Amino acid sequence: MERVARHRDREAFQCLFLHFGPKIKAVMIRSGTDSGTAEDLAQDVMLTIWRKAELYAPERGTVAAWVFTIARNTRIDRLRRQSSRVYEDIADLNLESPEADGEQETEMRQRDSLVREAIASLPPDQRRVVELSFIEDMPQAEIATALDLPLGTVKSRMRLAYAKLRERMEIVK
Amino acid sequence: MKIIHHPDSATLVSYAAGSLDEAFATLVASHIASCDACRAELHKIESVGGALLETVDAAPMSPSTLERTLSLLDTAEPDAAKDKPDEPTALRKATPNVPSPLARLLKGGLDDIAWKTVAPGVAKHALPVSKAARSTLTLLRIAPGMKVPDHGHGGMELTLVLKGSYCDVFGRFGPGDIADLDEHVEHQPMVDSPEACICLVATEAPTRFKGILGRLFQPIVGI
Repeated sequence: MERVARHRDREAFQCLFLHFGPKIKAVMIRSGTDSGTAEDLAQDVMLTIWRKAELYAPERGTVAAWVFTIARNTRIDRLRRQSSRVYEDIADLNLESPEADGEQETEMRQRDSLVREAIASLPPDQRRVVELSFIEDMPQAEIATALDLPLGTVKSRMRLAYAKLRERMEIVK
Repeated sequence: MKIIHHPDSATLVSYAAGSLDEAFATLVASHIASCDACRAELHKIESVGGALLETVDAAPMSPSTLERTLSLLDTAEPDAAKDKPDEPTALRKATPNVPSPLARLLKGGLDDIAWKTVAPGVAKHALPVSKAARSTLTLLRIAPGMKVPDHGHGGMELTLVLKGSYCDVFGRFGPGDIADLDEHVEHQPMVDSPEACICLVATEAPTRFKGILGRLFQPIVGI
């Protein structure tokens, strides 16, 4: 990532593309679009990554987390046809206060592997609502309909899942 | 600004996932803009998004897409070259009490709003959302001492206080506080500040709401 940001390194970008492009495409398909559109959107996300590479701050999160936010914003703008501008406003605020929640890169990496382990260890019903939110882009009410659950149950599963993940992330500090 | 009431963690998760409808996302972003604690939470939740992205089974892409993308790199100028962050900074400085995600929609301060009186002591101003949005965003100005009739919440409803304050069974809500109520909750808020209370309210598309806007306006405008 650093090679892309600082040196505009095309080979490094190609590595990022090969790693993340197909995952972004998969997320777009699971969000409800056809394979052709998903391919175009994945390409757009990768171009945005190239354009914004200098804005990536390793002390604030992993590359995957940053890539996720760009894919998320593209999904809001292009699939949902709404505006992701407010997400950009928040990202801009972060740029202005770089020390706000600065963490060491090594802590970030540690946290990242903990998050992955924690996700894997979630009870299946909690993991499902989290995946439906992040990957399938389903609002809470839609998840409730899809799983035939009351909205309150969906919310409490999301709360429980996040509380567990959060607890695991705290261990690093 | 001392913020006491934050969004439900399920709401923050949905915001970070990008699955909140636009009006709700705008309201939550407006809270996050002035709440360091929630901004820190947001980063944690986004790292969950990153970890989930890594676990997804890849959908193979055509080699020609990579080639095409590489050929487009020259035309994709780095963003940092433009000074984009200036715009919200300027807006935020010019408009006290107005968080940057909201400032863009207001084009002025809270004193320049074209209010429309809808009931004695109650005025509203509808804010624009995208055509595809299935939620509405409204500013409400409620006079000091005014009690809002008992109401439940038919669908999802979020309220963010921008100026003044109100209280109900859940406590006192001042600038920056968010009321993220469960759909079955009933409450009767009363404005307890000497000045009018200005709130931002996000609701599901109008045909569905039975919440605060419906209760306030139903008898008068017959929504």
